[in-house]
Amino acid sequence: MTKADLVEIVYEKIGGLSKKESQDIVEKIFETMKASLKQGDKIKISGFGNFTLRDKRPRKGRNPQTGDDIEITARRVLTFRPSQILKSHINEPTKTS
Amino acid sequence: MTKSDLVEKLSESLTNLTKKECEVIVDTVFLNMKDALHRGEKIEIRGFGSFTVRTRRAKEGRNPKTGEKVAIPEKRIPFFKVGKELREMVNG
Repeated sequence: MTKADLVEIVYEKIGGLSKKESQDIVEKIFETMKASLKQGDKIKISGFGNFTLRDKRPRKGRNPQTGDDIEITARRVLTFRPSQILKSHINEPTKTS
Repeated sequence: MTKSDLVEKLSESLTNLTKKECEVIVDTVFLNMKDALHRGEKIEIRGFGSFTVRTRRAKEGRNPKTGEKVAIPEKRIPFFKVGKELREMVNG
Protein backbone atom coordinates (compact mmCIF):
# COMPACT_ATOMS: atom_id res chain seq x y z
CA MET A 1 0.00 0.00 0.00
CA THR A 2 1.30 3.42 -0.97
CA LYS A 3 0.06 6.96 -0.52
CA ALA A 4 -1.62 6.68 -3.93
CA ASP A 5 -3.66 3.69 -2.69
CA LEU A 6 -4.78 5.70 0.34
CA VAL A 7 -5.81 8.54 -1.99
CA GLU A 8 -7.88 6.06 -4.01
CA ILE A 9 -9.55 4.69 -0.85
CA VAL A 10 -10.42 8.19 0.41
CA TYR A 11 -11.77 9.11 -3.05
CA GLU A 12 -13.97 6.00 -3.20
CA LYS A 13 -15.22 5.89 0.38
CA ILE A 14 -15.79 9.59 1.03
CA GLY A 15 -18.38 11.01 -1.31
CA GLY A 16 -18.15 14.41 -2.99
CA LEU A 17 -14.39 14.75 -3.26
CA SER A 18 -12.38 15.03 -6.45
CA LYS A 19 -9.24 12.97 -6.98
CA LYS A 20 -7.20 16.11 -6.52
CA GLU A 21 -8.93 17.00 -3.26
CA SER A 22 -8.47 13.45 -1.96
CA GLN A 23 -4.80 13.65 -2.82
CA ASP A 24 -4.39 17.01 -1.07
CA ILE A 25 -6.02 15.69 2.09
CA VAL A 26 -3.93 12.53 2.33
CA GLU A 27 -0.81 14.60 1.63
CA LYS A 28 -1.84 17.09 4.30
CA ILE A 29 -2.36 14.39 6.93
CA PHE A 30 1.23 13.19 6.68
CA GLU A 31 2.64 16.72 6.29
CA THR A 32 0.84 17.80 9.47
CA MET A 33 2.18 14.78 11.35
CA LYS A 34 5.69 15.52 10.08
CA ALA A 35 5.48 19.16 11.14
CA SER A 36 4.46 18.13 14.64
CA LEU A 37 7.34 15.66 14.95
CA LYS A 38 9.74 18.24 13.58
CA GLN A 39 8.75 20.54 16.45
CA GLY A 40 9.56 17.74 18.88
CA ASP A 41 5.94 16.92 19.65
CA LYS A 42 4.94 13.26 19.75
CA ILE A 43 1.82 11.93 18.04
CA LYS A 44 -0.83 9.70 19.56
CA ILE A 45 -3.31 8.09 17.20
CA SER A 46 -5.76 6.13 19.31
CA GLY A 47 -6.40 2.67 17.91
CA PHE A 48 -3.25 2.81 15.79
CA GLY A 49 -0.21 3.78 17.82
CA ASN A 50 2.11 6.47 19.11
CA PHE A 51 5.03 8.10 17.35
CA THR A 52 7.48 9.16 20.02
CA LEU A 53 10.80 10.97 19.93
CA ARG A 54 13.75 9.79 21.92
CA ASP A 55 16.93 11.71 22.61
CA LYS A 56 19.96 9.44 22.42
CA ARG A 57 23.21 10.30 24.13
CA PRO A 58 26.47 10.10 22.19
CA ARG A 59 28.11 6.69 22.38
CA LYS A 60 31.12 4.90 21.06
CA GLY A 61 30.73 2.75 18.01
CA ARG A 62 32.87 1.03 15.48
CA ASN A 63 32.94 1.09 11.73
CA PRO A 64 32.12 -2.56 11.00
CA GLN A 65 34.05 -2.45 7.75
CA THR A 66 37.32 -0.94 8.91
CA GLY A 67 37.14 -1.64 12.64
CA ASP A 68 37.88 2.02 13.38
CA ASP A 69 36.51 3.49 16.60
CA ILE A 70 34.01 6.22 15.91
CA GLU A 71 31.84 8.46 18.02
CA ILE A 72 28.10 8.09 17.38
CA THR A 73 26.80 11.59 17.95
CA ALA A 74 23.85 12.51 20.16
CA ARG A 75 20.69 12.40 18.13
CA ARG A 76 16.92 12.44 18.27
CA VAL A 77 15.21 9.39 16.84
CA LEU A 78 11.62 8.57 16.03
CA THR A 79 10.05 5.35 17.25
CA PHE A 80 6.61 3.89 16.66
CA ARG A 81 4.77 2.06 19.42
CA PRO A 82 1.79 0.19 18.00
CA SER A 83 -1.36 0.32 20.08
CA GLN A 84 -2.75 -2.81 21.73
CA ILE A 85 -5.67 -2.62 19.29
CA LEU A 86 -3.36 -2.69 16.25
CA LYS A 87 -1.26 -5.49 17.72
CA SER A 88 -4.25 -7.72 18.37
CA HIS A 89 -5.92 -6.74 15.08
CA ILE A 90 -3.04 -7.99 12.94
CA ASN A 91 -3.03 -11.29 14.83
CA GLU A 92 -6.70 -11.97 14.23
CA PRO A 93 -7.10 -14.99 11.94
CA THR A 94 -9.99 -13.60 9.88
CA LYS A 95 -10.76 -10.22 8.46
CA THR A 96 -13.11 -8.32 10.74
CA SER A 97 -13.36 -4.82 9.34
CA MET B 1 -0.51 15.83 19.06
CA THR B 2 -3.50 13.52 19.29
CA LYS B 3 -5.81 12.36 16.53
CA SER B 4 -8.27 15.14 17.41
CA ASP B 5 -5.47 17.75 17.22
CA LEU B 6 -4.64 16.39 13.78
CA VAL B 7 -8.30 16.67 12.72
CA GLU B 8 -8.39 20.24 14.09
CA LYS B 9 -5.28 21.28 12.15
CA LEU B 10 -6.60 19.70 8.95
CA SER B 11 -9.94 21.45 9.12
CA GLU B 12 -8.13 24.76 9.65
CA SER B 13 -6.06 24.38 6.49
CA LEU B 14 -8.69 22.63 4.37
CA THR B 15 -11.43 25.22 4.51
CA ASN B 16 -13.68 23.35 2.06
CA LEU B 17 -14.16 20.56 4.62
CA THR B 18 -15.96 20.50 7.95
CA LYS B 19 -14.30 19.17 11.08
CA LYS B 20 -16.59 16.15 11.00
CA GLU B 21 -15.58 15.39 7.40
CA CYS B 22 -11.90 15.68 8.32
CA GLU B 23 -12.46 13.30 11.21
CA VAL B 24 -14.11 10.71 8.97
CA ILE B 25 -11.25 10.97 6.48
CA VAL B 26 -8.53 10.62 9.14
CA ASP B 27 -10.33 7.59 10.59
CA THR B 28 -10.66 6.10 7.10
CA VAL B 29 -6.93 6.49 6.47
CA PHE B 30 -5.80 4.82 9.71
CA LEU B 31 -8.46 2.12 9.53
CA ASN B 32 -7.33 1.16 6.03
CA MET B 33 -3.68 1.19 7.06
CA LYS B 34 -4.59 -1.14 9.91
CA ASP B 35 -6.43 -3.45 7.52
CA ALA B 36 -3.49 -3.47 5.11
CA LEU B 37 -1.20 -4.60 7.93
CA HIS B 38 -3.77 -7.21 8.91
CA ARG B 39 -3.53 -8.60 5.38
CA GLY B 40 0.24 -8.69 5.86
CA GLU B 41 0.75 -5.89 3.34
CA LYS B 42 3.59 -3.43 3.51
CA ILE B 43 2.71 0.28 3.66
CA GLU B 44 5.10 2.76 2.13
CA ILE B 45 4.56 6.47 2.68
CA ARG B 46 7.24 8.33 0.81
CA GLY B 47 8.95 10.97 2.95
CA PHE B 48 7.41 9.55 6.10
CA GLY B 49 8.31 5.91 6.52
CA SER B 50 7.15 2.36 5.98
CA PHE B 51 5.17 -0.12 8.02
CA THR B 52 5.76 -3.84 7.77
CA VAL B 53 4.57 -6.90 9.62
CA ARG B 54 7.19 -9.13 11.16
CA THR B 55 6.55 -12.61 12.43
CA ARG B 56 7.97 -13.57 15.75
CA ARG B 57 8.29 -17.32 15.87
CA ALA B 58 6.77 -19.48 18.58
CA LYS B 59 8.93 -19.99 21.61
CA GLU B 60 8.84 -21.47 25.04
CA GLY B 61 8.54 -19.10 27.94
CA ARG B 62 8.20 -19.45 31.63
CA ASN B 63 5.70 -18.10 34.05
CA PRO B 64 7.96 -15.88 36.17
CA LYS B 65 5.87 -16.52 39.29
CA THR B 66 5.59 -20.28 39.22
CA GLY B 67 8.51 -21.17 36.98
CA GLU B 68 6.17 -23.27 34.89
CA LYS B 69 6.89 -23.64 31.19
CA VAL B 70 4.38 -22.02 28.87
CA ALA B 71 4.19 -22.19 25.09
CA ILE B 72 4.20 -18.76 23.44
CA PRO B 73 2.60 -19.07 20.00
CA GLU B 74 3.86 -17.43 16.81
CA LYS B 75 2.93 -13.77 16.76
CA ARG B 76 2.82 -11.02 14.16
CA ILE B 77 4.05 -7.56 15.15
CA PRO B 78 3.79 -4.25 13.29
CA PHE B 79 7.10 -2.55 12.62
CA PHE B 80 7.80 1.03 11.52
CA LYS B 81 10.91 2.18 9.75
CA VAL B 82 11.27 5.94 9.60
CA GLY B 83 11.93 7.45 6.17
CA LYS B 84 15.13 9.30 5.42
CA GLU B 85 13.49 12.70 5.08
CA LEU B 86 11.63 12.45 8.38
CA ARG B 87 14.59 10.93 10.18
CA GLU B 88 16.71 13.93 9.25
CA MET B 89 13.87 16.31 9.99
CA VAL B 90 13.41 15.24 13.63
CA ASN B 91 17.16 15.32 14.19
CA GLY B 92 17.52 18.79 12.69
